[in-house]
Amino acid sequence: MVKDQEYLENKASYCLDLAKKLGATDISVNVGNSISETVNFRNKKLDESNRSDNLGIDITTFIGKKKSSISSSNLLKENLTILIEKCIETTKNTPEDEFNSLPDKDLLANEVRDLNLYDDDHIENDEKVEYLSRLEAAASKDKKIVNTESSFVEDKSNFILANSDGFCKGYKTSSFVASSVTVAKDDKSMERDYEYSRKCHLKDINNAEDLGKKAADLTLRKLSPKKIGSQKIAIIFDKRIAKGMLNTFASAISSSAISRGTSFLKAKINEKIFSETINIIDKPDIFKGLGSKSFDSEGVKSETLNLVEQGILKHYLIDTYNGKKLDLKSNGRCGGTTNLYFNNGETSFKDLLNSNSKCLYITETIGRGSNIVSGDYSVGATGFLVENGEFKYPINEITIAGNLKDMFQNLALANDLEFEYSTNSPTMMIEGMVVAGK
Amino acid sequence: MSNFFEKSDISRSEAENIVSNTLKKCDDGELYLENSKSETILLDDNKIKNSNYNSDLGFGFRAVSDEVVAYSHSNEISKNSLKQSSENLKSTLKSANGTYNYSIPKSNVKYYESINPLEEKTLNSKIDILNKVNDYLRKKDNCVKQVTSNFSGEQKSIEIIRSGGESLTDVRPLIRFNVSVMLEKNGRKETGVYGVGGRQSYDSYLTDDNWKNVCDEAFRIASVNLESKPAPAGEMKVVLGPGWPAILIHEAIGHGLEGDFNRKKTSAFHNLMGQKVASEGVTIVDDGTLDNRRGSLTIDDEGTPTEKTVLIENGILKNFMQDRLNARLMKTRSTGSGRRENYRHIVLPRMRNTMMLSGKQTQEEMIKSVDKGIFAVSFGGGQVDITSGKFVFNCTEAYEIINGKIGSPIKGATLIGDGPSILKEVSMVGNDMMLDPGIGTCGKAGQGVPVGVAQPSILINKMTVGGTSL
Repeated sequence: MVKDQEYLENKASYCLDLAKKLGATDISVNVGNSISETVNFRNKKLDESNRSDNLGIDITTFIGKKKSSISSSNLLKENLTILIEKCIETTKNTPEDEFNSLPDKDLLANEVRDLNLYDDDHIENDEKVEYLSRLEAAASKDKKIVNTESSFVEDKSNFILANSDGFCKGYKTSSFVASSVTVAKDDKSMERDYEYSRKCHLKDINNAEDLGKKAADLTLRKLSPKKIGSQKIAIIFDKRIAKGMLNTFASAISSSAISRGTSFLKAKINEKIFSETINIIDKPDIFKGLGSKSFDSEGVKSETLNLVEQGILKHYLIDTYNGKKLDLKSNGRCGGTTNLYFNNGETSFKDLLNSNSKCLYITETIGRGSNIVSGDYSVGATGFLVENGEFKYPINEITIAGNLKDMFQNLALANDLEFEYSTNSPTMMIEGMVVAGK
Repeated sequence: MSNFFEKSDISRSEAENIVSNTLKKCDDGELYLENSKSETILLDDNKIKNSNYNSDLGFGFRAVSDEVVAYSHSNEISKNSLKQSSENLKSTLKSANGTYNYSIPKSNVKYYESINPLEEKTLNSKIDILNKVNDYLRKKDNCVKQVTSNFSGEQKSIEIIRSGGESLTDVRPLIRFNVSVMLEKNGRKETGVYGVGGRQSYDSYLTDDNWKNVCDEAFRIASVNLESKPAPAGEMKVVLGPGWPAILIHEAIGHGLEGDFNRKKTSAFHNLMGQKVASEGVTIVDDGTLDNRRGSLTIDDEGTPTEKTVLIENGILKNFMQDRLNARLMKTRSTGSGRRENYRHIVLPRMRNTMMLSGKQTQEEMIKSVDKGIFAVSFGGGQVDITSGKFVFNCTEAYEIINGKIGSPIKGATLIGDGPSILKEVSMVGNDMMLDPGIGTCGKAGQGVPVGVAQPSILINKMTVGGTSL
């Protein structure tokens, strides 16, 4: 069983008291425990079982405007005492920074929202094995599937965040993940693809057979890919790739990138950075949402933010430190976004495919090719050539490139948004990008 | 060396008994104990932004039967915790009926000293250098708009207890010093990053004014990029500079030669042993035995001494990199390549320092031979799909080559290629092999481990450059 609230609170208050006694003026402590149990299958047989029990504590001590932090997985009192002494000593020797502080008291969350993020259900390893057997049977039906690997993970976590201003809150969360990776082979090529289902609640996990079949279908259709010539062409991003564009956007509007001046979106508040059909929302209070939370990693209450309204940038993602630097209040986004998504566009998926006589449908990108300082974007890609709305043949060994400033302005969305991940996008089209091929 | 049982309610001999008892009918397995201490001191935006100290303690208990691995880890080294883990492993491997392989090779050679770099320098002296870095770069040129610099250091002590009570230990220091600088000129912003590191004390990298070289190099890369024009798009010849660009070797073929992918036949190389996979003159080794290098290990994370493994010799595929499990199933021996990020993770066959050895040509000859192409000097990260063999990496410093001469710098672009065929496209191998500065971290299955790379300049006949200029 994952450690209970009382155990975690005791550890936190021990640290708060000791740090105060040793001279800290402000203190913040995060203590957590997570237990996960994983079963992996390969080619219809058990491959690995893994139980992981993780304890962790992070302590930040302030002496006036001086700050330092420690973290440890060893929660024995004796060890915590040594670490806190060391932390205080380091704090004393660290130069002051006028922006260092705990969050403003009036911004702290005063409740833990009931968002149904914890499911007490436990699935025994034998049941995981049974689920994975059905999954792999479905995944390996086609003779061309030569390897299957799948896994089932159950994770239960609990944490307490406490600070010397009296904040002390935390809650349990759970997650269940079923996934399948398949490899298909024909005489010309070998390809791999995947499918997974991640939920807070066990009963919401996708059906094993559907998941296995989906992974196999996605892989089989990639066989015998071709390489196309270099050209300017409209690119359609599959939903699971399109969400990556939102993550790039999120890192470019983080208050740390803005305050340091290392983002191409610096000083763009109230400017039109997307076309007026685009709306981006970050909503922390979705029931069972994979990114849902009551407060951020500093204890600041997180409310829904309409980050982009009709193409216009309305908010940065602000934490306490960078907020003070920018003279803005924290909006509860220390640690990043919650449930981040594009609102639906007005076009159907089919109409989007048909909007150009020829386009590329991208299902996977590789490489870290987004530069948020300059906005330059260049990644490796695989996908399909689409002509007159029809998938013609698979494509690989190409790159797609552009600049994020132009890409955002040219971005259009279908109306097929679903909440499968913590960051979600409808199918996306960007015109005017350059493909490099043969 | 850590005594893991000193403050525990379980004695070493009791722990040994649990290990032997749990692994009785297994083919392999061990109790892996780890105690690591690490620190990061970060200067950013003119201030010391972060001084963090971490201490991590835990164990990972592994039992292997045939192809099946059972693993359990915890932070609490206690009677209860070990027993629970043992029960867990036994219940997964109920039907285990193997014979434990007690033999493990031994060596007395060490490739780094058992030092603790964290204690060798005071906090104040580290803060002092970071402040000097900041002042030096900001005074150098008024287009410097942002400077980020950090020290990170680690000491990791491990102990491996095998069935029968055999114990193997290692103490691993690791440090890194990094500088990132952003320049702004005429509304354009570009960054340059450079760093150094290895399994040594901070002082071996930062004697006198050595840190200035790191600053100068980061500044030089950023300045070059300020003048860069859009990169070309399409297939062309590529000359790679020596040193760090060897991450091409790491991504393009290194991962494909790891034992697990070949046992599972998911690597594009699995049926190519003994065959020609590279041009003549191409020899690639994976070496864990270089003194003080980031990717070096005295023993791997299963206790096997590391070695210099020849992967490709004069174009012919000779060996895969193996841990004990994949070696046993493929009926070969471990190459000392079994690694894990820490006690939370299972062992996988991984690279150490992956190197292409020198040939005979000069870089000048290569450039001269190219009518239209690019010269790539430095890279950010890379990635590979080992099944299709397609790999990418991102240039952070590159130039166009026109009619045998180096031309303007070009913007950061992704290069994409095909692993199994790329080495057959290598038409010249330089005489200037260089090691990288000690900055690489390789990711696989969610685990990051420190690695090194090395290569001479090479000429590749054909690669796709992912620019925007058609």
